[in-house]
Amino acid sequence: MALDEKNLEAMLDQYPAKVKRNRKKHILITNSKEEQIIEANTRTIPGIITNRGCAYAGCKGVVLGPLKDIVHITHGPIGCGYYSWLTRRNKAKTEEPGKNFLTYCVSTDMQESDIVFGGEKKLSKVIDETVSIFKPNAITINATCPVGLIGDDIQAVAKEAEKKHGITIMAFSCEGYKGVSQSAGHHIANNGLMDQIIGDGELEEGPKGKYCINILGEYNIGGDSWEIERIMKKIGYHIQAVMSGDGSYEELKNAHVADLNLVMCHRSINYIAEMLDKKYGTPWLKVNFIGVQSTINTLRNMALYFGDQKLIDKTEEVISSELAKIEPQLESYKKICAGKTAFCFVGGSRGHHYQALYQDLGIETTLAGYEFAHRDDYEGRDIISEIKGDADSRNIPDLEVTPDDKRFRLKISPERLEKLKEQIPLSNYKGMIPEMKDGRVVVDDLNHFETEEFIKALNPDIFSSGIKDKYIVQKMGIPSKQLHNYDYSGPYAGFNGAVNFAKDLSMSFESPTWNFIIPPWRETPLLEGSIEEGEA
Amino acid sequence: MRQIAIYGKGGIGKSTTTQNTVAALSEMGKKVMVVGCDPKADSTRLLLNGLSQKSVLETLRDEGEDIDLDDILIEGYGGSKCVESGGPEPGVGCAGRGIITSINMLETLGAYTDDLDYVFYDVLGDVVCGGFAMPIREGKAQEIYIVASGEMMALYAANNISKGVQKFAHSGGVRLGGIICNSRNVDNELELLTAFAKELGSHLIHFVPRDNMVQRAEINKKTVIDYDPKENQADEYRVLAKNIDSNDKFVIPKPMTQDRLEELLMEHGILD
Repeated sequence: MALDEKNLEAMLDQYPAKVKRNRKKHILITNSKEEQIIEANTRTIPGIITNRGCAYAGCKGVVLGPLKDIVHITHGPIGCGYYSWLTRRNKAKTEEPGKNFLTYCVSTDMQESDIVFGGEKKLSKVIDETVSIFKPNAITINATCPVGLIGDDIQAVAKEAEKKHGITIMAFSCEGYKGVSQSAGHHIANNGLMDQIIGDGELEEGPKGKYCINILGEYNIGGDSWEIERIMKKIGYHIQAVMSGDGSYEELKNAHVADLNLVMCHRSINYIAEMLDKKYGTPWLKVNFIGVQSTINTLRNMALYFGDQKLIDKTEEVISSELAKIEPQLESYKKICAGKTAFCFVGGSRGHHYQALYQDLGIETTLAGYEFAHRDDYEGRDIISEIKGDADSRNIPDLEVTPDDKRFRLKISPERLEKLKEQIPLSNYKGMIPEMKDGRVVVDDLNHFETEEFIKALNPDIFSSGIKDKYIVQKMGIPSKQLHNYDYSGPYAGFNGAVNFAKDLSMSFESPTWNFIIPPWRETPLLEGSIEEGEA
Repeated sequence: MRQIAIYGKGGIGKSTTTQNTVAALSEMGKKVMVVGCDPKADSTRLLLNGLSQKSVLETLRDEGEDIDLDDILIEGYGGSKCVESGGPEPGVGCAGRGIITSINMLETLGAYTDDLDYVFYDVLGDVVCGGFAMPIREGKAQEIYIVASGEMMALYAANNISKGVQKFAHSGGVRLGGIICNSRNVDNELELLTAFAKELGSHLIHFVPRDNMVQRAEINKKTVIDYDPKENQADEYRVLAKNIDSNDKFVIPKPMTQDRLEELLMEHGILD
């Protein structure tokens, strides 16, 4: 069942006029014959039950949180720290003994008197204690809402503490209200990492004779990054740093030596990718390791970038051997999955990435969207100049970088760069919409009401989103797969990840559970009426 | 118990006027509590003959929640009870939140006893944020008096404060009791203030003339009544206290536009 403009209009007519006008701009039905614009990264309508998070969640939770040898201090009342404690499943292996702090939750636990008299003294005491107890390689301070309201100067506290303890201490003014969603926090975190860590290391170049890369916007949820690294190493790449899954201060400070930056989650990390290009002359390649075919495409694009025949051959060899291993396993799952339909509403990149994996398994994505992405994640980077700044986006300063005097080095010639750009997504991202078939629904900042309405209209076989809407959907009799934390499973990236995903999906489809759930509207009619006797 | 909040532009003489009025009320035999809502904690200095008061927030910070009323409430001139809310040093923390904390603390500790005739809140400057509006929210102060003078900025602030009072008048029960003129000897001051108060829908509760006696008493850490009860200025404060005590005109103010306020100044503010 498809949705056309008429059904969509009828659905939106249930909203008050002002809400309808707003939401209409965030929803479209794909049509490649038209130039389509979608509104994104604007304020959510209060009370509409959004899935979005806050700037603190984006900064501390997403981008900084996975850096394992750094202690992340939450400056604020205890709730923000406590409820963001170990909730993202970003896994990490301990490298330096005793220097993996991901399982800890460190907070200043501000009390009423700290609000009244200011929290700076307490913060510097917490930093002192953190250094003496954990001896981390660096510290981040993450501000929660009240900190900005009472005006604690956390930058000054950080600077003072840095002098005292001789380690990098960074303050992030990522108060929850700083933006319309967690996206603001990503930007704030990007600025801080670029400004204070990347380039701090002493390395001038990567290991000789190796293709040195960084993986940006990969957070190692359920071990995704480990599967990607396994494939990379098999081919012969050297991974300098991952931002920030299983990442560390020690690796990150030398990230400037890479010859290429891979961008996985464009939304959360494109700022650093752009700045690395400008400062060190390192181009970035948009990659997607979610899905078998997209992983293959990505590996081929990387090999093409370096242009070395040996690397190209090795890449093909690894692809063949990996495929030979997983294809027999995928076969039986594909039989279960084929012909089904999916909703894919996640994050700022996964809403796009997972469509590829669904496609591998013969599943059609009928509705897709992002929680907190910007227009360029939907329509491609070409439209960035058209995006008008508003009060919310101006809240976050743009970090100005200039080419580094000593370390700026063009990694490939401008002529070759231009030629490559025609073949591969080099320093460019085309967005989600151009890769979708016509007649599919794209929704930005999907809310509760629309979730139910779209499910009724399109009746998908699988709904993939997060924890906030998972159980509502399952009560409607439709299996739901969390694509934020993978429901305690994973990895889903790369070749082995695809098999894991196919297996988990098949289990969902084959589970007899759904037969036991009879949603209310299957038993009682939604409309009530009576037939009047009389003339026709 | 009548709970009264005194507002007005910074430096207009709120604390001085409040304490002198409280001294006069105490002389009349009224039981009065003064709650200073200013981080500088100088609202009870004249009643206590010096800055000897440890503020509620200071006590809360040093000794935790486990404090006695006696730690923060001190008896001043004529049996008046004096409390200072206190607050952070300039430029840090949140003084507004401090006032909320401190008033809640006073309630918990049972400072609002039935035998009190009056509670006065002496509040810093304009209503800058929710915390400074605390005394007129949630059924605390029911009467507001605004201290003003014939100076443009004082009237501008008074008009602004009226906007705050108007807002809370609709959600709570707070009313404007009147305007107190603390004279600065500007042209036509009495006429101007009378017209200004009338325009707001209120009235001028008293015109306190400028007298250097007030300054002399202050240097001696005393109210005028305490320093020299026979002075003319002492009688002025006695009249103010009597007018407040017998006041029955409580209104929801009608703040004026900037244009109207300027017009008013043109009409009355220039001697010709």
